[in-house]
Amino acid sequence: MSYTPVEQAVAGDRLPSQQFLINRVDLVRYAGASGDFTPIHWSEHAAISAGLPSVVAHGLLTMALACRVVTDWTDDPTSVVNYCVRFSAPLCVPVDKAASLSVEGLIESRIDADHARVRLTVRSEDTEVLTEATAIVRLTRPSWNVPTSLGELGACSNG
Amino acid sequence: MGGGSRPMEQQSTRRLNREYLGRRYLSESEYHVSREAIRKFADAIGDDSPLHRDPSAARAQGLPDVVAPPTFLTVVDCHLDLGPLKDPEFVADPSTAVHGEQRYSHSRPVFAGDAITVVRVVEEISDVGRHEMLRLRDQYRDVENNVVATAYSTIIVRQAETA
Repeated sequence: MSYTPVEQAVAGDRLPSQQFLINRVDLVRYAGASGDFTPIHWSEHAAISAGLPSVVAHGLLTMALACRVVTDWTDDPTSVVNYCVRFSAPLCVPVDKAASLSVEGLIESRIDADHARVRLTVRSEDTEVLTEATAIVRLTRPSWNVPTSLGELGACSNG
Repeated sequence: MGGGSRPMEQQSTRRLNREYLGRRYLSESEYHVSREAIRKFADAIGDDSPLHRDPSAARAQGLPDVVAPPTFLTVVDCHLDLGPLKDPEFVADPSTAVHGEQRYSHSRPVFAGDAITVVRVVEEISDVGRHEMLRLRDQYRDVENNVVATAYSTIIVRQAETA
């Protein structure tokens, strides 16, 4: 299947879909990178005590993975100007194998010459993990008002 | 327990404190966005774009420095750790809180070198059937006090089953 170039996108066009595999180590890595150490994302005991079947992925991780379908399509991480999701079901990650997340994107509408609305369908097996997942994508690059200090001094390395 | 108190199994879980509606929280410090934090976050979400890692590639695309992925501002939230969900006067049991919805609206992308402050407002506290819903609005500003992005979070606080 060939996909429409971004600038020519019209309602009904499909983005290249992706499948993501998520292992427990990915949840550990995301916890470290985000600073979210909520125990249900790494402790079986905490997850079960909270009434979950198993350790679950951070909702924001599934949100970020789904968004990659959009930014991979535009090849531009600055293109997503608005993004919202509803967290409809937890994504359980078993201890010994990957959970799979499949994401499809559809151009719902062309808002104007510069913007399109993309609807994402985000599933793990037959369960919709995210619903009402919608991104507003800017198809052209504007100039932004950024502080004059950016890019001149070099970034601090506090990571 | 003193005389006159109800047996434990008949006591209901305390509801969210509605006096917190409209309360504002200001971050006590700035979050300095580093190249390493952006790279580490991009690694964690599997995004291998050089625009998250290579300043010269970013500048070749007209960006001032490496750019953060669209949901990166969650890192700022976790580090600045604003209320009210850790306030025992607001919520009796924070472990009953579940993330319901999340929205990010960007005025511009976040870049390495940005120093971000956050103002959070408790916009809504309401009943959803037996449970409760909390909506927060976070406004992220840069060093020149311009708004970089606004986030809206909806959190569902569940009531336990009564005996």
